[in-house]
Amino acid sequence: MSTPATATVPMDSPPRTGTLRILSMLWADKLPFAAALFLLVIVACATFGPWLLFEVADDTNLRLRNAPPFNMEQGFAYILGGDALGRPLLPRIVVAAQNTMMIAGGAVLASFLIGGTLGLIAGYVGRWTGEVIMRLADVIMSFPSLLLAVIVLYMLDASITNLILVLAITRIPIYLRTTRAKVLEVRERMFVQAATMMGASHLRIVVRHILPVILPTLLTIATLDFAFVMLAESALSFLGIGIQAPEITWGLMVSQGRQYLTNAWWLAFWPGLAIILTTMSLNLLSSWMRVALNPTQRWRLETSATSKGGKSNG
Amino acid sequence: MADHLLEVRNLSVRFHTAQGVVNAVNGISWHLDKGETLAILGESGSGKSVSASAIMNLIDMPPGEITCGEILFDGIDLLKASVEDRRRLNGKRIAMIFQHPLSHLNPVYPVGWQIAETAMAHGRGKAEAYDRALALMERVGIPNARAAMAKYPHQFSGGQRQRLMIAMALVLKPEILIADEPTTALDVTVQAEVLSLLEELKAETGMGLLMITHDLGVVAEAADRAVVMERGRIVETGTPHELYYNPQHPYTRKLLAAAPGKGEMRSTPAAAAPILRVQDLRKSYGGFQALKGATFDLHAGETLAVVGESGSGKSTIARLILRLEEATAGCVLWQGDDLLTKSPRQMARVRRQLQMVFQDPTQSLNPHMSVFQIISEGWAIHRDIVPKVQWKARVAELLQQVGLEPGHALRVPHQFSGGQRQRIAIARALALEPEVIICDEAVSALDVAIQKQVIDLLGELRNRLGIAFIFIAHDLPLVGDFADRVLVMQAGEIVEQGTVRQIFDAPQQAYTQRLLFAGLDADPDIHATRRSARLAMARG
Amino acid sequence: MLSKRAVSSFVSLLVLIVLVFFLSRLTGDPASLYLPVDASEAMRENFREINGLNDPVLVQFGNYLSDLVRLDFGDSLRKARPAMDVVLEAFVWTLWLAAITMVLVVVAAIVVGSIAAFNVGKPFDRIASVFSLIGASAPDFWIAIVGIVLFSVTLGWLPTSGTGTVWHWVLPIAVLFIRPFGLILQIVRGSMINALGSAYVKTARAKGVKSSPIIFVHTLRNAMLPVITVIGDQAAALLNGAVVVESIFGFPGVGKLMIDSILQRDFNVILAAIMVTAIAIFLMNILIDVAYALLDPCIRT
Repeated sequence: MSTPATATVPMDSPPRTGTLRILSMLWADKLPFAAALFLLVIVACATFGPWLLFEVADDTNLRLRNAPPFNMEQGFAYILGGDALGRPLLPRIVVAAQNTMMIAGGAVLASFLIGGTLGLIAGYVGRWTGEVIMRLADVIMSFPSLLLAVIVLYMLDASITNLILVLAITRIPIYLRTTRAKVLEVRERMFVQAATMMGASHLRIVVRHILPVILPTLLTIATLDFAFVMLAESALSFLGIGIQAPEITWGLMVSQGRQYLTNAWWLAFWPGLAIILTTMSLNLLSSWMRVALNPTQRWRLETSATSKGGKSNG
Repeated sequence: MADHLLEVRNLSVRFHTAQGVVNAVNGISWHLDKGETLAILGESGSGKSVSASAIMNLIDMPPGEITCGEILFDGIDLLKASVEDRRRLNGKRIAMIFQHPLSHLNPVYPVGWQIAETAMAHGRGKAEAYDRALALMERVGIPNARAAMAKYPHQFSGGQRQRLMIAMALVLKPEILIADEPTTALDVTVQAEVLSLLEELKAETGMGLLMITHDLGVVAEAADRAVVMERGRIVETGTPHELYYNPQHPYTRKLLAAAPGKGEMRSTPAAAAPILRVQDLRKSYGGFQALKGATFDLHAGETLAVVGESGSGKSTIARLILRLEEATAGCVLWQGDDLLTKSPRQMARVRRQLQMVFQDPTQSLNPHMSVFQIISEGWAIHRDIVPKVQWKARVAELLQQVGLEPGHALRVPHQFSGGQRQRIAIARALALEPEVIICDEAVSALDVAIQKQVIDLLGELRNRLGIAFIFIAHDLPLVGDFADRVLVMQAGEIVEQGTVRQIFDAPQQAYTQRLLFAGLDADPDIHATRRSARLAMARG
Repeated sequence: MLSKRAVSSFVSLLVLIVLVFFLSRLTGDPASLYLPVDASEAMRENFREINGLNDPVLVQFGNYLSDLVRLDFGDSLRKARPAMDVVLEAFVWTLWLAAITMVLVVVAAIVVGSIAAFNVGKPFDRIASVFSLIGASAPDFWIAIVGIVLFSVTLGWLPTSGTGTVWHWVLPIAVLFIRPFGLILQIVRGSMINALGSAYVKTARAKGVKSSPIIFVHTLRNAMLPVITVIGDQAAALLNGAVVVESIFGFPGVGKLMIDSILQRDFNVILAAIMVTAIAIFLMNILIDVAYALLDPCIRT
């Protein structure tokens, strides 16, 4: 009550289009902007890396086995050192970005779609259907993901698609539970009742009124989960039940470097750093999105975008 | 000059917000004497609570900043005193109670402890503190006070919680009590009880009472003097009598003009055919009967008010008619058909004729949709109302009809003020060209001046379009201005119904009389009469 | 309420056991793992016969269930001992590891999170935020091996693996600590900021209550409510066994047992381990509920 005047957005602010507005808000926030930029670089690496650098990355040079980093004599490719077969680390990390990103992205997308849909059904249809779906989620949650990975590995093979499948299944409950909880909450909101009262169909209520409200939350979680799935994938690869050589991911590179830890730490260090920086950027971006995608909070960022250098909400 | 109990001189406070600096109060001065009730009257955003927060050292700095001024109490300037000295005054010599007792009481501790804590925080022993807490809980009228001490805030009613807050504030017999909108969220009858409790306690202890309110009725009922605030400045000071009968400043006049209950009551129009007949409508939740058989008719073009205290079942009626909840028994005949037996598909078709405006437009408008989408949504559902090519023109027309600009169509709800949002909600209801609009406390959350504008708008629509209204409200003066007929509800039952004149001029039931007498009017003279009537009822 | 929860947990567990029982048998024939590569078909046949792997899978399942009712969980193929003994042995290690880690995490996260909430935007808060961000982002296996290189190999302060002394516990606990600490710290901080801005704190200030009781009496208890749920989730994850950390540090916990058993097709141990951890997590969730009810009177009534 001590807040004197409830702040409303100035009425004369021109209504800008969504994407542009979000971008200008991002520009104003240094840290999330840097994170987004870093992720763009990673995505670029993942897209063009293998195409440009595959030859270099696969070029074994036994004279340069475990070559130390920061040594420019061997050319820029060896700036981060060489691996156990003398292949340059930097190009290998760039090339591995593709598999790493594809697996994490594929798993997140699949679990997002399946989990979100099931959650929507569980929350909106309710009662028995919901109960059954929730128990299903419980079972998936407690099913050991390692066992699942091994089963798939033995039954099928350690292809990228199958790894995506394993990871997607284990992440479904996250989206399912969140979506259901949000739907249960949102469907009781006044504006949903107002829509019911106008005679809106279930489809319209779900698509026009419920989804737009819960989508930002789900996107935020997906960003966060992208980081988690990357970690899970690298843990599986590390344990030897994920992707198999000669395919590479960052996690596998860390695992391969493990035996040379004592004499060539860089083999495991650099790919690990790549994982950390990527997940950190995703985490940063996710907490920024939490505010940016919420229309009742967004004005905080918008005003700090127009007045220079506003404080980040963190 | 030094003999005032508390004096605020030339106080200016500003807040640094994301939008820039907001001047909350600008060089305001007032004083409070012993045994006196001073009211600070203002609308939301007027800065009426800021000086109280400054007195109690409750302003967070930053974002707040006290740029100048003094607050004199007992010969010292509070603004220059140390934090520890001010803490020692808080609760002991100056105490404060707030608007929402539920959120202002700590949910995880028993109330007895919370009351005793005031004493313990100022060095009293545990036993003495609890004795005082018990004595005060009895004094403020908590039944079974000893057992109630171990209960938690959520186990009390709204009125009891405010009594507990009062007990908590008065444990150490402070010289000043600041009450920030103490009765705003309470039912009228409870409001009257709490106000008279405060009055009695003031008389007993001789404390000075500072009452912060937006309600002219509270000023008229309780204050000895009042200051009127507008946008951080004091525009006028005087006794309630002076302010009411001889307001000097245009803003005071505007507030008074907006106060409901002074208009001519509507004379009942010639009885048209009933369009909506509600028969023996019932609803129970488990063993609790929320609605115990309501029967009434709504005629074409008339305004039927439903009044009663919270929990009387008045909103339940609306929700049952519109089938937002399913009734336990009864029927609702709309143009001869029972709405309660219709399939969802059939019901969806009928809905366009029966629309609703909710209490809180912030929640009833989808924050993700533009005003255009909100208003035109009904046409996407019921395709025969307006052809798509005309949507834009029709939205513009509707926006103008409710007093907004066509250019507002592309904005989203949170870019509007509360009153403007309610206008959007009304436009949405009108878009479907309904025959009945149900207003569920549709203006309760708005400031008086805005409330008046919205009511005028509804009245104009009623005259122009012949829409019938079911007007659910707890504010009786408002109902007196607006309604044709009134239903009075108590504990799930309709206890009385009649034309607005019958109900207001000759109420038959004791409950209706109590409601009417408890209601606060802006006219201080009316209160004198009412008070004596209340006393007479209490004796009889 | 409790019985309803128990029933639904039991149903989930049953479905889980059925799934694991049948699916795990898809990973291949144990005989080829436990017998030498040049073992004759007769030897293989004999091995299968002894371990009841020759019956149709449904019959195997029936046998398993009927044994289960008599609390016989079968024998471990790998260790030739009752599977349950093997699991419980490992579980005790994991329980200790999880308990010590969680206690440290909770204490540290609450203290640091509260101080950060009290100093929003100041250096302490920023440093805490950066740490929690790194904690939530770093892969545990990477931290583990960097830790080994740094503290065991380079500095020689700590042993690389095993369980002999107190020092053996330092690195595993430190690595397991980081992620939950980062997550819970964020929740504590947010929740404390909320509680400090709440109306009842204003009341307490208006009553003249000192700062320290306001923080420790009024806000902390309220702020703990959302935190408890997250603590429960994190503790459950630890009870499931920290596979990566346990295998890197050669820690004989349930996580390591799990991955070894899966890779070695030691089906009975897998099933027993799943049941033990499921029951442990169920019990822990009840504990969380009790804690919640103790803190929040609204739940109690």
